[in-house]
Amino acid sequence: MNLMMLLEMAAEGLGDRVAVGSLDDGLTYRQLYDRAHGAANRYRAAGVESAVVCDESSPALPIALFGSAWAGIPYVPLNYRLPADDLLALAERAGSAVAIADESNLERLGGLPGVSCVSAEAFSADPAAGTDGHASPGDWNMDPDDLAVLLFTSGTTGSPKSAVLRHKHLVSYILGSVEFMGAGEDEATLVSVPPYHIAGVASMLSSVYAGRRIVQLPRFDPDVWIDTAEREGVTHAMVVPTMLTRIVDALDARGGAPMLGIRALSYGGGKMPRPVIERALDLFPITNFVNAYGLTETSSTISLLGPDDHRVAQYSDDPIEQQRLASVGRPLPGVEVQVRDDDGTVLGPGEVGEIFVRGEQVAGEYREKGSLLDADGWFPTRDGGFVDDDGYLFIQGRNDDVIIRGGENMSPGEIEDVAISHPGVRDAAAIGVPCREWGEKVVLLIVADGDAPGPDELDDLIRERLRSSRVPSHVEVVDELPYNETGKLLRRVLREQFAHLGDDPTD
Amino acid sequence: MVELKPGARFQSTVCSTEVIVVKGAGEVDLTCGGAPMVASGSAEISGSPSDDAAGGTQLGKRYGNADETIELLATKAGDGSLAADGGALEIAQAKTLPASD
Repeated sequence: MNLMMLLEMAAEGLGDRVAVGSLDDGLTYRQLYDRAHGAANRYRAAGVESAVVCDESSPALPIALFGSAWAGIPYVPLNYRLPADDLLALAERAGSAVAIADESNLERLGGLPGVSCVSAEAFSADPAAGTDGHASPGDWNMDPDDLAVLLFTSGTTGSPKSAVLRHKHLVSYILGSVEFMGAGEDEATLVSVPPYHIAGVASMLSSVYAGRRIVQLPRFDPDVWIDTAEREGVTHAMVVPTMLTRIVDALDARGGAPMLGIRALSYGGGKMPRPVIERALDLFPITNFVNAYGLTETSSTISLLGPDDHRVAQYSDDPIEQQRLASVGRPLPGVEVQVRDDDGTVLGPGEVGEIFVRGEQVAGEYREKGSLLDADGWFPTRDGGFVDDDGYLFIQGRNDDVIIRGGENMSPGEIEDVAISHPGVRDAAAIGVPCREWGEKVVLLIVADGDAPGPDELDDLIRERLRSSRVPSHVEVVDELPYNETGKLLRRVLREQFAHLGDDPTD
Repeated sequence: MVELKPGARFQSTVCSTEVIVVKGAGEVDLTCGGAPMVASGSAEISGSPSDDAAGGTQLGKRYGNADETIELLATKAGDGSLAADGGALEIAQAKTLPASD
């Protein structure tokens, strides 16, 4: 198996359809195939270990992705937003490389030994640039265990690790979840997730295999997103929660007229605030919404909440059906999910524990630590949650974020869900702050929606819905909560910011 | 007879058809155009499909047997049609998962 198999099929079946860019001047699948061939020539001629990219978003990305697969070296997208020292440290870990970079990053990566830099613009126009003859049609390696992509995980809990994705994982994911040429000729997807994120890699692969034109949005801005979607005839898009929040606000600022051209909108990467998705369902009244849950280590999506569940939740009076909006739906065919307790015992419906997954798309491997799969192929996600009676999966935050108060484990997610259900709360974060008496105490940060709830209102609500140990010691109103660019709440920032409350003697 | 396992690739010897195994295990008499299929890249194409196995194989379609123990994905189209242990393989129902990335 090789990722090139996907592009070869698209070039064969849909050669003249536009793969990337505008309808009038974009690259067709045949042209993308030819440029990947050129890129493979360049990579092989250079004899390097890695295909590094450090580019916001341009046709250079899919050319490099498929070209590296053809040449037999891993594709290594770097986070161009990193400070110079951090960026160089990651680039060094990729070894010898051809690095495709935009203008601002060419200089930053310039001096690295073993790394030859090429501008994204020049690379896109002529990937081979005088190195022809090193790659022949179809001569990519089909060993399913070859490295395809190295992704540095975001490091919300420490220094970045490099997740290893092999051809077999990514190809299995695409074959298992995407229908070849399943997209109509008029379909286009707007890609605004960062290219160094698994969703950015997966969007290129699934769009190529489905035959859906890719429209790239280099720097997310809600107004540019809306205008680009309308100008380019975009029908599909994937966003992280912070993006949808800003799109919803921008549409409201324009008078709240609905967007009717978007047929499918998927979101994931972090917890979606309930009021945002509810407003989005109104502003995109005929759009098919999909909530996708996945990890870098699982080759993107492993579970999804589909369009019908969203609309049922929107219009239903049944609390169980309404609650489904907070779930990530059911596992993909070919993916198994288990919830286990700390001793490894598999739990039943409704019981909260750590989520384990298994399937051909699950890689679960790091360069630094090797494979984290157990003997039976299960990968510990470090995410906590449960599965309900009908098989819907609910995620309640990272296990590293569990609050332990007086020996009792509690998930921040359950407290946050109750807080956000209050009409005066737009967003909420519960954190554990170290204190002498309890080990940790619960601090709840809220972003108010209009008038903030009174001092006892949230306490009463949480006591009533959960139990008294979940009632926060402190409720603080903040202007906004810190998220990284893929929508993950940065709890460690909050824990540092509010650490002083641990010594507050008033409770 | 060929050994089926997910990811294994086979080619027709009488037309341009190539497939990759999505599901399947063990030894199977896999044919295309009435002639045994072989590992991809291991044979030249010669002759033509027999008349009773010339319905063709379509690019990107999945082909399965009646008891759903075998599923093949056509990575190259061709004039021959697929069969396993003498039974024709038919186009499997398209998956209807919504796009998620």
